[in-house]
Amino acid sequence: MSSGLMSFIWEGLANTLLLTVFGALLGLVFAFIAGLGRSSERKWVRGIAMVYTEVFRGFPSLVLLFVLIFIIPTFGFQLNPLIAGILALALNIGAYAAEVVRGAVKAVPPGQLEAAIALNFTPVQRLRKVILPQAVVAMIPPFTNNLIELLKATSLVSLVYISDFTFAAQLIRASTGETALVFFGLLVGYGIIALVFTTAMKLLERMAARSLGRTVPSGLFGRKEVAA
Amino acid sequence: MTTTNGEFITFDGVHKSFGKNVVLDDLHFSVGAGERVTLIGPSGSGKTTILRMLMTLTRPDRGTISVDGDYLYHEKSGDQLVPASEAHIRKVRSRITMVFQHFNLFPNMKVLRNVTEAPIHVLGTPKDEAEAKGKELLELVGLGDKLNAHPSQLSGGQQQRVAIARALAVDPDVLLLDEVTSALDPEIAAEVLDVLRDIAKSTDVTMLLVTHAMKFARDVSHRVLMFNEGKIIEDASPEQLFNEPEHDRTKSFLRSVIDES
Repeated sequence: MSSGLMSFIWEGLANTLLLTVFGALLGLVFAFIAGLGRSSERKWVRGIAMVYTEVFRGFPSLVLLFVLIFIIPTFGFQLNPLIAGILALALNIGAYAAEVVRGAVKAVPPGQLEAAIALNFTPVQRLRKVILPQAVVAMIPPFTNNLIELLKATSLVSLVYISDFTFAAQLIRASTGETALVFFGLLVGYGIIALVFTTAMKLLERMAARSLGRTVPSGLFGRKEVAA
Repeated sequence: MTTTNGEFITFDGVHKSFGKNVVLDDLHFSVGAGERVTLIGPSGSGKTTILRMLMTLTRPDRGTISVDGDYLYHEKSGDQLVPASEAHIRKVRSRITMVFQHFNLFPNMKVLRNVTEAPIHVLGTPKDEAEAKGKELLELVGLGDKLNAHPSQLSGGQQQRVAIARALAVDPDVLLLDEVTSALDPEIAAEVLDVLRDIAKSTDVTMLLVTHAMKFARDVSHRVLMFNEGKIIEDASPEQLFNEPEHDRTKSFLRSVIDES
């Protein structure tokens, strides 16, 4: 394969990672705002958070991409295609992950909040010092799923001419005609990236569990815990 | 024959129902400063609800509760009583704390930090001072060697002793003890009660206790209130109430509790 084609692959790979990482970070921001917003005491905050999660969960990422890249510019907002891609993916994954945040916060035993009130923590301190450190531990495994979903969704940007990993592979397929090889290569490539992300999240999960004095079975797929 | 030095905590016409179930019905009582009062009675008779109301975990439907002259859920605005702001509630609540049946230690903090977090971040105590005092309190409850353990590594009895140290660390005027040994087996419960007995004797903190440990209640309290169906049916010294209860319902309740233990 010529070095010209290889450089397409590297650029595509870099863009796919960029879309995944920044999409995840921005999505995380949306998820926390919307997920915590849904348990706010203020009705209008709860309302906005609920509308965001319900609406954006239902939007296909692809249609959202078309809107941000082809429609919004006709109103005079020119977005850099990569940024538009990150935004579209983040809005979508953020709506999913908001439910994870909400569920994890709700799953913290009520006694924890009561103890925080008994010690006269402010509402912000209760959240920051007591509720979130425990809730975040429960969020990590479902977040791993969201992250892998996001990684796979990034391939949609190839349809709006962003040169991601899939787009680069399509170019190579068009110029070499090696359809089977290219698509299998693509699957293996995504598989490896997913494995790297999953492994990183596993490490994070174990660190988080240790912060609560728990241990998580080691190994990538975990070992059965033996009853004492 | 009750010991009351003034009215430090006052419940006035307090009513609470959960749905159709009336838990407290037009309740009036007061507790003097430094007094230790045990609330006894069958479950569902509203004892725990009283502690939870004082801790601002459950709001009364009607009536007022005051601590040292300050209303807990109300503020004076001219001559009127208006619902209290969060700031007012926090101010009054700063004098009260509670130990729970299920300990409720923060699992994301090690033992010492469980005890020092509120003094540092709520009371503004300098960190080294809070840690010195925290260590002292943990020594007092017999856990001086567990400062860096995670709560999940401790037994139930140890966790409850940490919870007691954590409550004492905020220097409360009022300490609420809500069935603090009900989740522990009898032997372990006895250890925790010994710690509490020592503390009760060495401080002048006002205490409200809900407990089924009658011997302990007799040892530490100045006064015992017998609850039944949301009302106080007997209010007497422990000697009086345990030896010569007046009310038939009290007699039958005490008999059933003693049979149990």
